[in-house]
Amino acid sequence: MIDTTKKLTPKERLAIPPQEMPAQDPIARRRNMEEVALGYSEEQARLEALRCLQCKNAPCIPSCPVRIDIPGFIAQIAEGNYKEALTILRESNLFPAICGRVCPQEVQCQSTCTVGRSLKDIDKAVSIGRLERFAADWERLHGELEVPPVKPSTGKRVAIIGSGPAGLAAAADLAKEGHQVTIFEAFHKPGGVMIYGIPEFRLPKAIVQREIEILERMGVKIITNFLVGRTRSLRDLLEKDGFDAIFIGSGAGLPKFMGIPGENLVGVFSANEYLTRANLMKAYEKGKADTPIYPAKRVAVLGGGNVAMDAARMAVRLGAEEVFVIYRRTEKEMPARVEEVAHAKEEGVIFRFLENAKRILGDEKSRVIGIECLSYQLGEPDASGRRRPVEIPGSEHVIEVDSVIVAIGNESHPLLLQTNPEIAVDKHGHIITDETGKTSMDRVYAGGDIVLGSATVILAMGQGRRAAASIHNFLMGNS
Amino acid sequence: MHRIVSKKQLSEEVFRITVEAPYIAEARKPGQFVIVQRNSDYAERIPLTIADADPIRGTITLIFQTVGKSTHKLAELEVGQYIQNILGPLGRPTHIERFGRVVCVGGGIGAAPMYPIAQAMKQAGNHLIVILGARTKELLIMEEEMRAIADELIVVTDDGSYGRKALVTEPLKELCQASPRPDCVVAIGPPIMMKFCAETTRPFGIKTIVSLNTIMIDGTGMCGGCRVTVGEETKFVCVDGPEFDGHLVDFNNMMLRLSAYKEIEQKAHEECHLEMKLKEMNSAKGKGNP
Repeated sequence: MIDTTKKLTPKERLAIPPQEMPAQDPIARRRNMEEVALGYSEEQARLEALRCLQCKNAPCIPSCPVRIDIPGFIAQIAEGNYKEALTILRESNLFPAICGRVCPQEVQCQSTCTVGRSLKDIDKAVSIGRLERFAADWERLHGELEVPPVKPSTGKRVAIIGSGPAGLAAAADLAKEGHQVTIFEAFHKPGGVMIYGIPEFRLPKAIVQREIEILERMGVKIITNFLVGRTRSLRDLLEKDGFDAIFIGSGAGLPKFMGIPGENLVGVFSANEYLTRANLMKAYEKGKADTPIYPAKRVAVLGGGNVAMDAARMAVRLGAEEVFVIYRRTEKEMPARVEEVAHAKEEGVIFRFLENAKRILGDEKSRVIGIECLSYQLGEPDASGRRRPVEIPGSEHVIEVDSVIVAIGNESHPLLLQTNPEIAVDKHGHIITDETGKTSMDRVYAGGDIVLGSATVILAMGQGRRAAASIHNFLMGNS
Repeated sequence: MHRIVSKKQLSEEVFRITVEAPYIAEARKPGQFVIVQRNSDYAERIPLTIADADPIRGTITLIFQTVGKSTHKLAELEVGQYIQNILGPLGRPTHIERFGRVVCVGGGIGAAPMYPIAQAMKQAGNHLIVILGARTKELLIMEEEMRAIADELIVVTDDGSYGRKALVTEPLKELCQASPRPDCVVAIGPPIMMKFCAETTRPFGIKTIVSLNTIMIDGTGMCGGCRVTVGEETKFVCVDGPEFDGHLVDFNNMMLRLSAYKEIEQKAHEECHLEMKLKEMNSAKGKGNP
């Protein structure tokens, strides 16, 4: 046993084995929706925290989109001061229980960790995300929900469009400064992608609801079933309803399809539709939910990102016997989080790398019966630095499936732009903002996927916070 | 929360409810629809077209047919009760202009969303001809309302129980052959009816607008469940529509897509009927033994 009372040398710290994340048994979890990763025990968390070298230059901090004081909160966990650890986390991030679960730490904070570098293996970096989750869960299980202090009211009103990661992060910062914040959400429940998209088994909805509850206790008002652009225009919010500023965090929008023959057959879904039916509409609770989900035994998922992993693993849980992820490059190039890929494999998802769909085949009733694919090989690197997949002529082959889920990203949503031509957008339809998040329309700011295209929860939160800071400056007459 | 302020059963399967929805009542335009969800827990989100609105009272009117579990449950709600979620108005409004001679074809429940469109077409100065069709007299709706605004009203029933015994395409064809010809046709009804209306006008080259009611979840463009093929292109009914050029819509693909959950829906529908019957029997029993 390691003596935690005396100060450890870097060598001793590097000698502590990385703590594995306990997880539900893969066979059992194929048939339930409960969370897969179970979280560190207290002992594991403290051991993992002791692996941190407390580097003076802290290379992890600049790799975090919201610049959490990472060595600071980890030192508190090592000491057993979990509440203090959470206070440090909350200074930069109001949603540690969410980010600890869904951030791609291996390409952010953990990618620059000195421990990983010293051990010449990035997988052996300090598990910053798991520690973040531990601190947040500890409070949830042991402590009272702590509502951050709110400054006296400024009398200024801010409308936030969309209750996903960008909107919630902006709302939190603005509410703290004493502004009166109203969030408008089109769906019947707040949370955006964290509610409709990311499944229960990866991010329990109770956790998201709790984070939203904190906001409500801070005085943030949430109005659901309200589609800005249709129910009421941006201009009405500013001119008739008396909002002083608006933040648009409406998210990505229209799902992309491949543009291949057979995509409108019965049994072809966007990942958005499939996951929304399963998550938001609770289609997995058969007998209770009125929203049906297409019964499928053999499912092909097209794409290699986190959404593709979510869809594939959801299909497993909904009773598919075989689920294929079809991705045209190799595992190395896949954008999904390493942990999600590993979990998908453990659950029996079959990865078909260097293959891509050419067309979807249907029967006489237009129901999917198979997918014709081409094989690929990797050629020269392209603009993204990844080796370009090149099709192998004559390599067509058919995989028998009865459902296809397309998870290749989203196009930007045209609605707000159709109804507000004064907001400048780029050629992809993403809103153009300056470095403070300001759009070309007076008093209107934007952030998250509507600006970035398809990104991550934490990047959207970072954008929300940045815009909140400039909205605050604007409202207080500082700019 | 949206309180039901009035309710009327128009026929065995068709109900009209007026609900409080002040923002929608103010913003809605002809051709737009709403997504209705009884409650947030397990209820389905269903698209319904807006039949009328009163911006002063802040209410909208919905007319729907009980075709499955969700619509049956909706029909069970009484005046004073609430619908938890209504989102809208959704979709692009109808393009209204002074075309000249406009024929509005409303089949079955399609007469309900046709009403505000016909109204607007009339207000824009068009000569308005309305064809109302239904399987049988019982199912015919909006006759009085349409008669009040139409320059000509033609009523047909499949079984001849009321009006002329014909399908809507018969008088439509005669109108196309007559002089002056219609300048624009708007058809709303079951997919098969819209398909044949479009086929009827195609040889005459008369602009024909149809309003599609496909499977939807969010109604805001996010899921893509509502996608249809229109002139070789994939379109989303919720954001690109609901109205499209009837001559370009691939109705066969649309009808097949509408049947995606048929078996599940049928089962739920049957169970729902069974449940209603049991309730009825229980309440009858209750009355017998006070």
